[in-house]
Amino acid sequence: MSSSRLLVTASPHLRGPASTPKIMWNVVGSLVPVVATAGYFFGFGALLVIAAATLGALLTEMVFGSKGSLGDGSAAITGLLLGLTLPPGFPLWMSFLGGVVAIAFGKLIFGGLGQNMFNPALLGRAFLQAAFPVAITTWPTGEEGWWNLSPTQASLPLMGAEVDTVTGATPLGLWKFERIATDAVDLLTGAIGGSAGETSAVVITICGGYLALRNFLNWRIPAGIFLTVFVLSGALWLIDAGRYPSPVFMLFSGGLMLGAWFMATDMVTSPVTSRGCWIFGAGIGALVVLIRNWGGLPEGVMYAILLMNAMVPYLNQWTQPRVFGTRLGEAAS
Amino acid sequence: MPRQTTPGQDLTRGIWRENPVLIQMLGLCPALAVTNTVVNSIAMGLATFFVLLCSSILVSTFRKLIPSEVRISTYILIIATFVTIADMTLEAVVPEVHKALGAFIALIVVNCMILGRQEAFASKNTVPRAIIDAVGTGIGFIIALLMMGSIREILGYGTFLGFPIFGSNYEPWIVFILPPGGFFTIGFILLALNWWERRKLERARAGEPPAGAAVERAA
Repeated sequence: MSSSRLLVTASPHLRGPASTPKIMWNVVGSLVPVVATAGYFFGFGALLVIAAATLGALLTEMVFGSKGSLGDGSAAITGLLLGLTLPPGFPLWMSFLGGVVAIAFGKLIFGGLGQNMFNPALLGRAFLQAAFPVAITTWPTGEEGWWNLSPTQASLPLMGAEVDTVTGATPLGLWKFERIATDAVDLLTGAIGGSAGETSAVVITICGGYLALRNFLNWRIPAGIFLTVFVLSGALWLIDAGRYPSPVFMLFSGGLMLGAWFMATDMVTSPVTSRGCWIFGAGIGALVVLIRNWGGLPEGVMYAILLMNAMVPYLNQWTQPRVFGTRLGEAAS
Repeated sequence: MPRQTTPGQDLTRGIWRENPVLIQMLGLCPALAVTNTVVNSIAMGLATFFVLLCSSILVSTFRKLIPSEVRISTYILIIATFVTIADMTLEAVVPEVHKALGAFIALIVVNCMILGRQEAFASKNTVPRAIIDAVGTGIGFIIALLMMGSIREILGYGTFLGFPIFGSNYEPWIVFILPPGGFFTIGFILLALNWWERRKLERARAGEPPAGAAVERAA
């Protein structure tokens, strides 16, 4: 039998060069400039926060994950993304805890990579937001020196800050509570307060664009998000420019750029069909506009993505393409 | 005919092997809703214990007089009577705790665990056995609530029974005193229990077969 020239194998017979680790490490690579930008604007402290979150994620994957799952790079992505959503002066032990929760309860509890319903990094952040609502909305002013750490950062595990810190505000917070709009140029270059990854829209777009070009993310998702946010907030802005921020401000402030390019496009938690991706993106965009304008929190990208993550199984079901040779809605058996 | 169990089995069954909350998943509503502090957990556990014990005695006493067509409504009436007593007693003795527990005292009436014990055990067994069963199940319920209350109060407030255990500088994990914290905590406990049970099973399978593995459930 072994000498037979005819090889009988199941499909697929042609394989693309992309593999899970390759895609994942590409994403990690594309996050490096974003992390570097965070370091540039917020100083050494921001890098420490990102490192702590990544360490938490990697250690958890190493201890509880299946053998060799550390090498596929997905835990590193989760840790980096989580770190990028946190304030630069965040206590390091909380950041580490977030990484642990993100991997353990965002991914491993569902059965590991590919099984999780929600984006693990955002789930970790949602946990931190619910657990430490004050710390996660304390933004440093960014006027300390590059090497200066925020006094809260070095606090011991389980302990809070011993001293009061000088805090700044995010563009979205300024708008929500004081109706002050931030200059668009600052938003584009990243010279603004906020989470470590809420910096330069330009850098994030270049990094995300690279992934989209390599086809490592579905461009329809960010496109759907940006279009919806632009159209909806544009309409609101035209109705009453004093009450609603301009669409440009909406697009480039807060975590929308990072969320749209890197978190909504997580392959595991986004729809598999193209039509599904459009609906998914539009849903996130609509929820972001809704939460930012009428919600209690200044920023809503996290909850918008998590809510739409929950819709993904339905989107996949509703947008199933027609099987060749059958009519729409007819079961292909 | 239900298999006869010894009084010792009747007692320990409810405490551990068929713990109402942790194994049977009954009475989850109070277990999730009012266990944000140890004091609340104890008050809820004791009130439920009282209601369960008294209703079991009454149901077991009248088990031959209650027509089976209307037995559920009769049990509910009996349970509601004791819930009202517990409600008013708590309000008179510890008004703060009564306020903290709120509607969940009245909701003991619809606690499946209590109705389940009446239907499955008290209505079919003699009064002494019903008492033993109710005591075991009640203790099991209190233990489960205490576990949840301790975890949630220690993490959520940094205190145990109101005494700070981490010093004044503790950063509380607010999420554990909010409703999601209840789900988190019960998830943690069930995860740990199942992991432990499975490991025990695997060890038993690897070694010799466990002795006297299955003790029959009553009824």
